[in-house]
Amino acid sequence: MQHKFDLHQVIHELKHFLPAQAPLMDFVHHNTLHAFQKLPFHEALETAHVKLGYQVYFPLETFRALHQNGRISDEIIDRTIAQKKGKEQEIWKGKLLHGQYKAVDHARVGAMRGLWKKQYNIDLDSLVHPTLFRLLGSYLDQGISIWNFPIDDLSFFEAIRKLETNSWVSIFKEKTSRALLLNENTRIQDILVLLVGKNDRHYEQYLYDQQFAHQGWSGMVSTVEDLPQTLLDTRQIKLEELILLELLLELDALDHKLGSEWKPLDQHLTEAIPGLHDPIIRSEQMEVLSLWQEAFEWTYYDQVLKGIQAERIEYIAPHQKSFQSLFCIDDRECSFRRYLENIDPSCSTFGTPGFFNVEFFYQPVGGKFYTKLCPAPVTPKYLIKEIGEDKKRPTDLHFSKHNHNFYSGWLFSQTLGFWSAVKLFINLFKPSMSPATASSLRHMDKFSGLQVDFDALHAEENELQLGFKIDEMANRVEAQLRSIGLVDNFAPIIYVVGHGASSVNNPHYAAYDCGACSGRAGSVNARVISQMANKPEVRRILAERGIHIPETSIFVGALHDTTRDEVVFYDDQISSPEYKSMHAKHEEVFRKALDLNAKERSRRFESINSKESPASIHEKIRTRSVSIFEPRPELNHATNALAIVGRRELSKGLFLDRRSFLNSFDYRVDPAGDYLFGILKAAAPVCGGINLEYYFSRVDGEKLGAGTKLPHNVMGLFGVANGIDGDLRPGLPAQMTEVHDPVRLLLIVEHFPEVVLKTIQRAPETYEWFINDWVKLVAVHPETKALFVFGGGEFTPYEPLVKNLEVIKDVESVIESHQENFPVYLLNQD
Amino acid sequence: MTINTLLPLFIWVPIVGFLVSLILPKNNERLISGAAFITMTIQMIAATIYVADWILTGANTFQVKEIILFQNEDYIFQIDFLFDKITAVYLLVGALLTFMVTMYSRTYLHREAGYKRFFNTTLFFYLGYSITTLSGNLETLFVGWEILGISSFLLISFYRERYLPVKNAVKVFSIYRIGDVGLILAMWASHHLWGQNITFYQLNNAELVHEQLQQHSFIGVFISAMILLSAAAKSAQLPFSSWLPRAMEGPTPSSAIFYGSLSVHIGAFLLLRTFPFWEYQSSVRILIVALGLLTTLIATGIARVQSSVKSQIAYASIAQIGIIFIEIALGYESLALFHFAGNAFLRTYQLLVSPSVVSYLIREQFYSFEPRAKTIEDSFPKRLQHSIYVLCLKEWNLDTMLYEYFWNPLKWAGNKLNFINGRRLMLFFIPAFALGFYAMKQTHLLPENLQEATPVLFASFGLILVFKSFTQRHSVRLAWILVIMNHCWIALAISFNEKFDQLENVLYLSGILVAGLIGHLTLQRLFRIEGKISLSRFQGLSETHPKIALVFLLACLGLTGFPITPAFIGEDLIFSHIHEDQFALAAIVSLSFILDGLAVIRIYARVFMGPNSKTHAEFSNRYF
Repeated sequence: MQHKFDLHQVIHELKHFLPAQAPLMDFVHHNTLHAFQKLPFHEALETAHVKLGYQVYFPLETFRALHQNGRISDEIIDRTIAQKKGKEQEIWKGKLLHGQYKAVDHARVGAMRGLWKKQYNIDLDSLVHPTLFRLLGSYLDQGISIWNFPIDDLSFFEAIRKLETNSWVSIFKEKTSRALLLNENTRIQDILVLLVGKNDRHYEQYLYDQQFAHQGWSGMVSTVEDLPQTLLDTRQIKLEELILLELLLELDALDHKLGSEWKPLDQHLTEAIPGLHDPIIRSEQMEVLSLWQEAFEWTYYDQVLKGIQAERIEYIAPHQKSFQSLFCIDDRECSFRRYLENIDPSCSTFGTPGFFNVEFFYQPVGGKFYTKLCPAPVTPKYLIKEIGEDKKRPTDLHFSKHNHNFYSGWLFSQTLGFWSAVKLFINLFKPSMSPATASSLRHMDKFSGLQVDFDALHAEENELQLGFKIDEMANRVEAQLRSIGLVDNFAPIIYVVGHGASSVNNPHYAAYDCGACSGRAGSVNARVISQMANKPEVRRILAERGIHIPETSIFVGALHDTTRDEVVFYDDQISSPEYKSMHAKHEEVFRKALDLNAKERSRRFESINSKESPASIHEKIRTRSVSIFEPRPELNHATNALAIVGRRELSKGLFLDRRSFLNSFDYRVDPAGDYLFGILKAAAPVCGGINLEYYFSRVDGEKLGAGTKLPHNVMGLFGVANGIDGDLRPGLPAQMTEVHDPVRLLLIVEHFPEVVLKTIQRAPETYEWFINDWVKLVAVHPETKALFVFGGGEFTPYEPLVKNLEVIKDVESVIESHQENFPVYLLNQD
Repeated sequence: MTINTLLPLFIWVPIVGFLVSLILPKNNERLISGAAFITMTIQMIAATIYVADWILTGANTFQVKEIILFQNEDYIFQIDFLFDKITAVYLLVGALLTFMVTMYSRTYLHREAGYKRFFNTTLFFYLGYSITTLSGNLETLFVGWEILGISSFLLISFYRERYLPVKNAVKVFSIYRIGDVGLILAMWASHHLWGQNITFYQLNNAELVHEQLQQHSFIGVFISAMILLSAAAKSAQLPFSSWLPRAMEGPTPSSAIFYGSLSVHIGAFLLLRTFPFWEYQSSVRILIVALGLLTTLIATGIARVQSSVKSQIAYASIAQIGIIFIEIALGYESLALFHFAGNAFLRTYQLLVSPSVVSYLIREQFYSFEPRAKTIEDSFPKRLQHSIYVLCLKEWNLDTMLYEYFWNPLKWAGNKLNFINGRRLMLFFIPAFALGFYAMKQTHLLPENLQEATPVLFASFGLILVFKSFTQRHSVRLAWILVIMNHCWIALAISFNEKFDQLENVLYLSGILVAGLIGHLTLQRLFRIEGKISLSRFQGLSETHPKIALVFLLACLGLTGFPITPAFIGEDLIFSHIHEDQFALAAIVSLSFILDGLAVIRIYARVFMGPNSKTHAEFSNRYF
């Protein structure tokens, strides 16, 4: 085969494979193996495993142990094998239960560059990486260093070149690399000729080997290249520049260590090294693992589906509604909504992506930048500004840069130093909120106003429209209400509850906030949509379009802090005493539900005794959120496994153990599936992304997850690494994923299968998630509750294997029983 | 009974706590952290009361003679304690910080695989800290010093299944080893200077010291220089500074307390403790001030360009310790102690809250961002500015310098010996040893001038063996046996040097040989289970064979003269038989000891630590 090395093409593809995680403050969940999404799930996993050496399933022993404990059902194993393998039933079952396979797998990536070590016993990584990481870190640094990179107006490589030109000290040890750096015509190929040889057929593989030796840094560079605005203090850097510099450093290291006694790599290619992109032969071991994975997933799915069919909930007559409440689809709201509905059976709750269909940039008073408050892929055209007085932000001298200089440090250590001891002591015995806490409430001041209305006199700022026009508001409110099926029977008060989180000593704080708001709290969005929906002009337009919101109904924004289990209401628009007293009653309902929710969450926390009263547990949960020594302020999305798109009644009678995303949707409002399309278009990548990020971080904590967060060291405010010379660690830390069961998301849609099929096929990028099985899809027939599983492009009927589900009356005693995942229970079946 | 006699209590509490923590069940977090918590609570409360009482009763310096471990006509090895202002401050700060960090780690380490190991090592470290700070003579101090070294190694490599922590742990250990030998040589020279093992209490006798030093000014400066070498290595002063940021590989609380505060201030402690000795050596005082000043300036520069939060704190701390060195040299003892306490608290807290830096600084940046705030360096001429920036970014090559100028020449020398394979080695050295042994018995047969050269010759043979062991790439057992043989040659060399009591030889070699044999048997067992294991890469076998790993670790400690076998005293004894004019012999033997320790720790690290060879391909990404 004729081979032509096309650098541009290679780098383009390479970037695709690198981790795509944005800097910490913009942390948004995504499918870690997005590069393989064009392939069916299991095939993609094996490809990633063979090429890049990722662990993609639980180890065999873990699956077998789960089987022993009854967490994987024997019946399901049999059915899975029968479906996938047909008649060789017994043979495969034997392989699953007793097959022996070797543990170590040599990934393809790294093999070629590994020849340096084999041939010359030289460890290029340890010679090149420290210098390279330091240069990158200093160039990209967002505010840790005191003395910034001295050249700020040039791109990375240009800046290094200028630094080198204008300095007595070289970053290199030998003259060759220095000369190549200073020569403006040096291209990547020129150095590859020296390192790898004249024949360009190995170049691509060499570059993959090189970049995947530090995929964290390469991924960060690639992300910043594509989205420079993701750093507040922007930088111009390209992956290509990183590669060029790294090649020069490698050349320098070889010259320095080996002098002239080395030859390009292709001289040493005596035995064939498998090409990175060569076809992959399926291995039996991976096949066995994939069967285990399916059986593991279906053991759980089967119960859920049985539950959906079995549960019966009375539809509550509309005139009794006390309040309605909109929440984010987030799985953390799943149990909270259950408690609200239990305490006040005449309320009803809805789930929808937490930006509440209003997309904009936000600028708080005194803020120097805009913050995007909508899903990451969307680029809004609007700007919402906070109105109010600039507030003083609390400061903490311990983070001051002055104590790092010797003169001021001398003073600091002898004064502040002793205060540190006191502070540490207080923090240990009586933790409280401090300037270092990342609190969801800081996102927006409760008492400030928001400029939501468009003002023709002040129309634009930096090409963004300030505020929304009336028809723009009406469109957004209408779409929001229709997509969740809330089009009539409005309660007097409709709460719109965004969510955020509070934590301290947690570089991954953004991952705890609302993913639909680009890793921020959803409070601003909740207030903005409420203000829009309360406008008489907007309601007039809505009425013309068939949605009649009575004058007696008001929308009130709120924020649920999922770590502390607190709710803040932005209730200043409630003025009449009648509503005030109604609201006070509802606040009481919220308060009780929050206590109970805290109690349910506490069962996963070792340090809290879940048998205590809800109120005292809640207090401990709040303390936990401000404790600097607590690496698990909350468990975030851990254990997520389901997404239910349908009416609340579909799952209201189920105990789902906080494992489900819940998106409200009424098939009667949307017979053609138009709104459903909007929901799935967002739910598949958002919920699927969260789910898969947890999946991969859990099964490979080394390469795909961030490992334990205990030794993490913050680099340049954009990433974490272990120690000071380590690679950046994208993915989730083990403390977030350790209780997570790696199962794919089961998306359950309540609509006619033929409508669902047409809907998912509307957009290829959405369809990819389903046709390639990255998310499992089930349609529930809204009239008969018949189940249909999607696979191979069609829906086929499904009959659950589980015969009976346990019915529980008392949730509290169940959650006090143990820490592990619960099976699906039926609730309130009277 | 006076309260003074209760002083050893502060050793016994951590010893008991440590031993108890060893036998607790691995999975019972509550019990493990509870034991550590109780130990530290007792220690902290007792220390507070003790110091308060001591101040009220006049704050007099006093010493406690504890036990004599070995004695002959001109040599005594005894455990002594001393209590004065310096000890009081170090005791209180250490107890308080360790207490708080223990408290912090109880929750922080929840569910971590090495929960028990963490608390074991922390208590062990604290034990070493207590012995060092309470010690009354160099020998006792050295016991604590060694414990600090090995527990640091274990704490840095806490994540032993990863590559970088293990690599950095070995790196830090190698620098500590230089400090150890500085101390051994200081002990050696001081033994000759005083003709006895002197206590710190006696050093306080200014007249005595002054008189002695006037007669032996060279050896006095030598001792001070060795002490300074040890102190600089342990407190990360130039040229050793680069180890400190690299030690930040363990869980944040361990980095905070050990490398942010306690461990790194031990060098300053050594200087404070020996201040009366070099008080009248102006050259030494100038040297310390110069070193401190240079370190302060360079470390500040490096701290200013760091883009990672932990390395920034590490270098900032080094800079402060540089100032502490200056303060000590200038005689401001109280100021130095105050400064030590403040710096230790500050850096511990800063490291503990370092993960918060993201949310805090990002918020600050969001509200008060100024593109490119000017710093002092902007006023420098461009070329100077860039040059200093590059130097600071490269840490003034401090990290590579040690490699280039110290380890690499050693490795190069070792590689030159590649022609000696295992068999040739045995063929030559075993008969040679037998011959040497015979010759020792028949010394009178040897001509006079040969007699003088033999010790150096034999010690050099020993050195060659350990070189070979240190650079051994394949055979684990050969590397191990070479270290044992090195010790035998040294014992032989010293036996030639002087009339060497058989008992002393037994004392020395019994520990070595027993540890050597245990280590060998452990390796045999491992080979039977795992097949042949090579030193060419990390094997990570402690994961699958934790018990074998533990026994082998103990054997390693025994073989390196760690204070768990009599060989520890023997090592010191050996030096006491090197005459004060035999600098070549002293240099060879001390170099041997440095390399012994390194070779042994390298074997342990390669076989039992790092990524497990069964689950990790050799060239997978190692830098996570």
